[in-house]
Amino acid sequence: MLSRLIDVAGRHQVRVYEGGSGPQLLYMHGAGGLLANDPFLARLTQHYRVTAPLLPGYEDSDSSAPLRTMLDFTLFGFDVWETLKLDEPMLVGHSMGGMIAAEMAALDNSSVKRLALICPAGLWLDAQPIPDLFAKLPFELPELLFYDPKKHAALLSAGGDFNDPEFLTDFLVGNARRMGTAGKILFPIPDRGLAERMYRIRARTQIIWGAADRLIPPIYAEQFAAGIAGSHVTMIPEAGHMVPYEQTVAVVSSITKLHN
Amino acid sequence: MKFTWFNLMPWPHLPDDFREKYRSVWVDIPSTLYDPVKGHELYNTYLDELEYAEQLGYDGIGVNEHHANAYGLMPSPNIMAAALARRTSKAALVVLGNSIALYNPPIRVAEEFAMLDVISGGRLLAGFPVGTSMDTNYCYGDIPALTRERYAEAHDLIMRAWREPEPFTFNGRYTKLRYANCWPKPIQSPPPIFIPGGGSLETYDFCLDYDYVYCYLSFSGYKRAKQLMDGYWQRVADRGKDLSPYRAGFAQTIVVAETDAEAERDYREHIDYFYNRCLHVYPGFADAPGYRTIKTLKANVTSQMTRQAVGDVASMSWDQLVNEGYVIAGSPDSVAAQMKELITGLRVGNIFCLIHVGNMPKDKCMRSSKLFAEEVIPQLRDMWPEYRNDDRFWIHPLDSHAGRPAASAVGG
Repeated sequence: MLSRLIDVAGRHQVRVYEGGSGPQLLYMHGAGGLLANDPFLARLTQHYRVTAPLLPGYEDSDSSAPLRTMLDFTLFGFDVWETLKLDEPMLVGHSMGGMIAAEMAALDNSSVKRLALICPAGLWLDAQPIPDLFAKLPFELPELLFYDPKKHAALLSAGGDFNDPEFLTDFLVGNARRMGTAGKILFPIPDRGLAERMYRIRARTQIIWGAADRLIPPIYAEQFAAGIAGSHVTMIPEAGHMVPYEQTVAVVSSITKLHN
Repeated sequence: MKFTWFNLMPWPHLPDDFREKYRSVWVDIPSTLYDPVKGHELYNTYLDELEYAEQLGYDGIGVNEHHANAYGLMPSPNIMAAALARRTSKAALVVLGNSIALYNPPIRVAEEFAMLDVISGGRLLAGFPVGTSMDTNYCYGDIPALTRERYAEAHDLIMRAWREPEPFTFNGRYTKLRYANCWPKPIQSPPPIFIPGGGSLETYDFCLDYDYVYCYLSFSGYKRAKQLMDGYWQRVADRGKDLSPYRAGFAQTIVVAETDAEAERDYREHIDYFYNRCLHVYPGFADAPGYRTIKTLKANVTSQMTRQAVGDVASMSWDQLVNEGYVIAGSPDSVAAQMKELITGLRVGNIFCLIHVGNMPKDKCMRSSKLFAEEVIPQLRDMWPEYRNDDRFWIHPLDSHAGRPAASAVGG
């Protein structure tokens, strides 16, 4: 995929990845950002014209200082949409990106017509608490995020080793920037009131979950389904929170159902 | 020189296998390890020690704020300072400090500090820490990347609340007050302000912008502090400010006995308790992403977060702690010699003396405090003769006619 830096609403310079052909799809990434040569996005481009902005605070996008609240993040999504003159794209979001996409769909429920939420954040159940991602050490992340950590851990670090101090130092600086940004809507509890706004969502909605998600347990899929009228849940086996990378084909196939 | 006798107020009953059984002394330590009946005795003992420090002639007595922390039992330092305000009459009440971003609305700090200053007759010395990430983010839920902005706004509100003679409207991002109106006002206008810092340029500049005292509060001792304090003084010079050593303060663990050998014999177990049990903090709580600025992080990032480093619970020995200057220990003369090295090396006019250490009992604490006051401080008192009259950075209490003596019981 090609990428370029764009100016968004005169407020942020951010990197956006673009590629593929087909119906328009706007993708909002999770708290970890996009992966190098992101294999999930690559697969999506086989079916869609994909637009995937990096949020402020991620890689070489500007600082996230102007974004503070959930509304700021939600409006950022629409600002990208308008800057690139997208025409009612399908919205897809993973984890934190799913939370942003759901908020966008609730805010402007006449423009967002198709929505795919992949193990989204945004709800909280006292009986099923989501582990504190902000108190995890890098070496603990693979076990939390993957069904098969051995097979996929290297994806998180682009091949680096979290137990190598030198690599870790560089990782921690980038991670502080990414997770510092994510913390504005996820810290200390990833709940900014979406439960009270979900009722507004009118989009055709697919809720896609890794059946072995240890970060946001699959029971949250039921909560989203109960809150979004007419939504459909797809539970994907042998996948954790990083289901787009562990079961790429199955996730893309669930998304394409929104056009069938 | 100004010496403040400081008590962190640690819990002295952590089990011997604490580090093996619990991942952190802070944030998620189970409160089953706390016993309020023992706590009753402990708080009162610690307050006795602080009062005793005034009798010994320490310039200040110090308290601070921590949350869910077994080495710092003061979620509200202002309660401790209030108790001390009534029972003392000379020493500065060094509250180091209130984590101003955590008070909602932060004008609460202006009010409570004003109360302390008024009760004590103008003896409050006010600290405004950002607060550690453990306290501010993990225990109090403040969003890490917004903490500094919230802090800056709280600072502006508090200083204005002390300064403005009339009610005013404060339209901040985080606090909105139609009627900001600080009753009472402090006696000192304003109290001297101390800022704990950890080496960021932003904090150096913040102190210099307002002539606040920059304080480095580490437990790792003066030898490791040199580079950071050199950075501060370089910045002071670059900004064209005077180089008064009273612009800076440093916290140091100190234990004094008749001889070096006695110091090791009598204090070793308490030093061991503090450094090897009290400082056992889970690295995942050390630094929430976004809490530090990227610039600071690049300069200071540590790699204590590998699986191996987390699993390593090797102890620090007495020899290592003393030789590397984490702890200044020994006879009065050897302590004085090291203190001189500290004071000149770091160019500091304010010392926060951490003399109560870990699970040290009251008798040992009093003995060490007395030896330091009577046999060490006199050797250090006049180390900055050219700044002898620089009183810009210390308290200005009411004179002895207007101030009250320490309280005694009614009829007593």
